[in-house]
Amino acid sequence: MDHFPTNWGRPRNDAFDAYGTYPIHQRPQNTPKDKFSDGVQRTQQPIVTGTSVLAIKYKDGIMMSADNLASYGSLARFKDIQRLHPVGNNTVIGASGDMSDFQYIQTLLNEIIIDEFTSQDGHSLGPAEIHEYLSQVLYARRSNMNPLWNSLLVGGVRDGKSFLAYVDLLGTTYSASTIATGYGAYIAQPLLRDAVEGREDTLTEEQAADILENCMRVLYYRDARSLDKYQIAKVTEAGVIISESKHLKSSWSFAEGIRGYGAQIQ
Amino acid sequence: MPAMVSSMSQQPTQQAFNPYTENGGTILAIAGADFSVIAGDTRQSEGYSIQTRYAPKVFKLTDKAVLAVNGFAADGNMFVKKVRQRLEWYRHAHAKDMPIRAIARLIQTMLYARRFFPYYVYNILGGIEEDGTGAVYSFDPVGSYEREACRAAGAAQALVQPFLDNQIYFKNQTPAPGSSFPKHLPLTSVLPLVIDSFTSATERHIEVGDGLEIYVVLAKNSTALQSLQSLRGAQEVTTTADGERVFVIRRDLKKD
Repeated sequence: MDHFPTNWGRPRNDAFDAYGTYPIHQRPQNTPKDKFSDGVQRTQQPIVTGTSVLAIKYKDGIMMSADNLASYGSLARFKDIQRLHPVGNNTVIGASGDMSDFQYIQTLLNEIIIDEFTSQDGHSLGPAEIHEYLSQVLYARRSNMNPLWNSLLVGGVRDGKSFLAYVDLLGTTYSASTIATGYGAYIAQPLLRDAVEGREDTLTEEQAADILENCMRVLYYRDARSLDKYQIAKVTEAGVIISESKHLKSSWSFAEGIRGYGAQIQ
Repeated sequence: MPAMVSSMSQQPTQQAFNPYTENGGTILAIAGADFSVIAGDTRQSEGYSIQTRYAPKVFKLTDKAVLAVNGFAADGNMFVKKVRQRLEWYRHAHAKDMPIRAIARLIQTMLYARRFFPYYVYNILGGIEEDGTGAVYSFDPVGSYEREACRAAGAAQALVQPFLDNQIYFKNQTPAPGSSFPKHLPLTSVLPLVIDSFTSATERHIEVGDGLEIYVVLAKNSTALQSLQSLRGAQEVTTTADGERVFVIRRDLKKD
């Protein structure tokens, strides 16, 4: 119940002030306010960022990949960052966007996993629950105009069903058999759809890994914020395995032959 | 020099965070005499990118009310979640489902409650009224609503609504001498209109396509039942003890 009559709207009869709204009282300030509240900055833009994350469904579950780079603008600042993160026993999340926000999300997830574990009630959180939780957190933060600046992929296998879904800083969610964030949505997603759609139940682990490797290579050639060092996570009924960092083979010798722009003379 | 002083006292301009986006797609609903049809495509997009080919925009609320939401998908999903929560509370309090005209008013209140940070969502509610008639209620994002016989909303509203005005309300048509237009069309004419609306919208609008999900709510003893049971791929969702029945029909749309 709101006990402040001025918050109730105008009385029906302007001549008779039934609710005693005059003189107007000072409205209470219930939100925390201190000397520093004007100086608090909310995330207006991402600072240290990760680029695309790719994920597909295949025969045994889902496979996800991301490179090891965290950029500071156009500077390749941190070149050994892990952007794939296991959550519980059946789930992996991949993050693009602001890396400090991602680390905060990791602590949140760690907390709920521990809470769930400590209750020892035979339940645990699967990929669908993790995704629902993240979507509620990210939607609530955008609604407070204080977003967590990420695009996240959540993948996993639970009770024989594979799960792959997306959530971003606006709280937008969707699921599909292939998903790519960032630049990957433009460059890798068409390749992934071509290779995966309709073959989700037949693709083998090797085929899935090849598809992702190929897309990571195309991204490395075209995305200036990417790196040739990446990891692949696979989630199957057996659990989560995140690979060691792999090196992408690429060849730039063709660049010597390019004529028509740049500094070289014909 | 004065210019410099004023520029120093100015705050740096910042690009504010935009909490909204548009996720495309189109929805429509048509009311018959004793049935209601609520349909939406299943594509979700942002800009020129298709995010997924299957993200439902039409949701069954009760055994005789179906809600279609279109606009900003995150707001839409949250809004449906909150409406369903209120309907569950109503069910616990009154041991019955909320009637559709009450759901319509509830939706208005819930939308207007967010007048100054709106759910960026166009809602169309379809179902069966307590008197057994087919109903369609349409809303704007801040809660203005009215009961109508048909409504289209979303990306291809401008393509579909004029077609519906012509085919459902017989706008710009003159009846043959001595005859008049019917007030309500039978389900056998409504379903082809719905499917044609979406195939046409898919041809001409890039944000519409992939799949079509049509919910049909029948009043008890509805004459439309027979035509539904012979229809390819019509799948029954629920039947009430009173005799209202909900069906869903899924069709492919072009994926390009």
